[in-house]
Amino acid sequence: MIKLTINGKVHQVDVAPDTPLLWALRDTLQMTGTKYGCGQALCGACTVHVEGSPVRACMTPVSAVAGRKITTIEAIDTQRVGKAVQEAWRKLDVVQCGYCQSGQIMSAVALLSQNRKPTDADIDNAMSGNLCRCATYVRIRAAIHEAAKALA
Amino acid sequence: MSEIIIENLSRRRFLQGSAGLTLGFCLPAIAAGAAGKLGAAAAVDTEINAFLKIGTDNSVTILSKHLEMGQGSYTGLATILAEELDADWKLVRVEGAPADAKRYNNTFWGPAQGTGGSTAMANSWEQMRKAGASGRAMLVSAAAKRWNVGAADIVVRDGIVSHAGSGRQASFGELAQDAARETVPADIKLKDPKDFRLIGKQARRKDSAAKTNGTAQFTQDVFLPGMLVAVVAHPPLFGATVKSFDASKARAVKGVVDVVQIPQGVAVLATDTWSAKKGRDALSVSWDDSKAFKLGSDEILAKYKEMAKKPGLVAANKGDTAKTFAGAAKVVSASFDFPYLAHAAMEPMNCVVQLKADGCDVWNGEQFQTVDQGRVAALFGLKPEQVKLNMLYAGGSFGRRACTHSDYVLEAAHIVKAINGKAPVKLVWLREDDMRGGYYRPLFHHALEAALDGNGKLVGWRHRLVGQSILTGSPFEAMMVKDGIDHVSVEGASNLPYAIPNLTVDLHTPTDIGVPVLWWRSVGSSHTAYSTEVFLDQVAAAMSKDPVALRLELLAEHPHHAGVLKLAAEKANWGTPLKAAAGERRGRGVAVHESFNSFVAHVAEVTIKKDGSIRVDRVVSAVDCGTAINPDNIRSQVEGSVGFALSAAMSGEITLKGGRVEQGNFDGYPVLRIGDMPRVEVHIVPSALAPTGIGEPGVPPVAPAVANAIAAATGKFLTRLPFNTTDLVA
Ligand code: FES
Ligand code: FES
Repeated sequence: MIKLTINGKVHQVDVAPDTPLLWALRDTLQMTGTKYGCGQALCGACTVHVEGSPVRACMTPVSAVAGRKITTIEAIDTQRVGKAVQEAWRKLDVVQCGYCQSGQIMSAVALLSQNRKPTDADIDNAMSGNLCRCATYVRIRAAIHEAAKALA
Repeated sequence: MSEIIIENLSRRRFLQGSAGLTLGFCLPAIAAGAAGKLGAAAAVDTEINAFLKIGTDNSVTILSKHLEMGQGSYTGLATILAEELDADWKLVRVEGAPADAKRYNNTFWGPAQGTGGSTAMANSWEQMRKAGASGRAMLVSAAAKRWNVGAADIVVRDGIVSHAGSGRQASFGELAQDAARETVPADIKLKDPKDFRLIGKQARRKDSAAKTNGTAQFTQDVFLPGMLVAVVAHPPLFGATVKSFDASKARAVKGVVDVVQIPQGVAVLATDTWSAKKGRDALSVSWDDSKAFKLGSDEILAKYKEMAKKPGLVAANKGDTAKTFAGAAKVVSASFDFPYLAHAAMEPMNCVVQLKADGCDVWNGEQFQTVDQGRVAALFGLKPEQVKLNMLYAGGSFGRRACTHSDYVLEAAHIVKAINGKAPVKLVWLREDDMRGGYYRPLFHHALEAALDGNGKLVGWRHRLVGQSILTGSPFEAMMVKDGIDHVSVEGASNLPYAIPNLTVDLHTPTDIGVPVLWWRSVGSSHTAYSTEVFLDQVAAAMSKDPVALRLELLAEHPHHAGVLKLAAEKANWGTPLKAAAGERRGRGVAVHESFNSFVAHVAEVTIKKDGSIRVDRVVSAVDCGTAINPDNIRSQVEGSVGFALSAAMSGEITLKGGRVEQGNFDGYPVLRIGDMPRVEVHIVPSALAPTGIGEPGVPPVAPAVANAIAAATGKFLTRLPFNTTDLVA
């Protein structure tokens, strides 16, 4: 049994300690907002926050995050920054297929939590680990600026 | 959820009881706006016709016969229907329609249901307008009866039906059950486009909310009671089969429940994905390679180049090319090489299958209903209608989920069959399975020649293509392969729009290459637009002509091509100089192409550094896709097309060595990242014609526009994809 604190709730999960957090979230807890895209920390689809920092859940064994504060897309709207990012995403209709977007939003929230007025270069840098095969990048940049404006 | 029997648009009774439209799996309603109200548990939906249900809570549910894979089909179809219905957009939601080729066939595909070829809006335009307008008429006549007033005096607006004379009004929800009993009007009057309130405006996407809070349901997200997850050991070579396997270590992995052999390999079934993966990794399989395909991509290309030395089957011919070239004052020639490309959708292929006593349920980002349904039915010995397909959101597809051979869907079904249907199974392809699973955009070699006469005029064009056929051996062969010419091998080349009096396009279709191939966003045009448009710039250079001016001269008979070309050139300030920083070279390039009856021109601006590295700074696009149902979605699709096409041009390449695919994940097969995404400006040509498509047509002219910009900056035409930047070192 491993104790995971996710979105403020404590869960006991019965999985092998080397199980990636991604699969504990998805398969054990059926919190499916966090997506599998590559399993190798190459695409960012599985991005969650651990103590507020963006982490690739596909390469993070549950044993490494036991007892730490994990936040997923499902609860991102409970934070002020998360809410602003989500609203900007909706206002600009960023999504296409949507599969990468949980990860994009988690990375964008982490960026804006650190840097309230990111430049295009800051955005490109912070978001470089999040692939979007539909290439919604133009709108991701615009939506991050939009959220920054709303938060100012 | 209950439904009452009503007559469908075509005046036939389709629904028997409530079975017809009740999905076994609870699809999330895509509610926009008043979610609380829509979520009311007591709401009862009334089916008005095959595409429309109205709830007692005033919700308007539109059934989409097309897959939503990012291209905006759900929102687009809802926009068309809601427009004619005069619904309140906030109360409109979308559900995936079930598989039923009688009701939901793609009207461009005859009796088959499916999504592809950028046809979703085009084939549904009239159908969805009529569905909305007839629903409106039935609501109006129900109100007229209830209030005992003339139907002509009734007004419908934003989901409210009202009669000014009596001051009465009712919501859609209040009228729906009566409306369903009205006869379907024989003559349906459609709106004058000048009265459109949703079409051509900024209707927001219906799937934005669910796709930004983690609730959107993809196949990957399906869980059923007792479901097992399958991860499969596939052969490392195409065409290899299982010789023998030892599952003892795999079975020892905690969570692994079963290991079964299927025609596609060996499947490890477990209670969860991670255990299934560990089990698969612990398997030892020995493969029978005797019938496997063992060539490398270099050898395939060498073979194609050899084939290109001889004439192929003629796909297009006009004038007398032989004579023209014999008498030419100058001949320009070039050849082009295109690699295999993986679709690499963000959601790797997956499928859930459950066998039941009376049939089979499938959950899938379902793009090819009729084909998949037939195949799964045949495997289980069922009738097609016993196979229920639940169409979920697809995390991208780009053509991959419309597999001519139903590969991954059948694989899931085979696993269920191998365990005698004892549990529902979710087949999960890991990224490496997806990348190495074949069904690539085919590798192609093109050779082109142009003849200039004594006056420097372009008088002859020869274009030879060598590459595998996508459609031979598929259910579409009879329809799309004529006299040995697969239409999608030569589309974009055989219908070259330019006024060149003598033209021959011919094709070699190798049949001994065992790499499965498939359509990849924009299909044949993904390579033909590149070779024709880059070669035309080479010809323009040989003629010392401006590329836009030459194209316009040659497009006098093609006003739609000329229209987008002029608009893109004007918006991009074509002809004005670009400033370059010290040590950098800059250039502007253009390309125009028609695909799927839509016309797109791009002007690309690029910067080349000393080390040859390329940055695409800006792409200015002009598109003509008929009536713009949703201009913002058109912009979004073109932006995405630019990124998707650029990704292929800069780095997309699947290579084989000894038959083995060398790439497995995004390290070996890089996909464009945000830092490489240019600014994109999209301009839409106003049009009163019926809508065509926009999911694919933005893709083909991107790479040639960029290549032509590179040539403008460096004098070098890149003839091999992906771009080799070492060619561009200053
Ligand atoms: S799934 Fe974790 S980075 Fe791709
Ligand atoms: S929206 Fe499709 S992968 Fe990003």
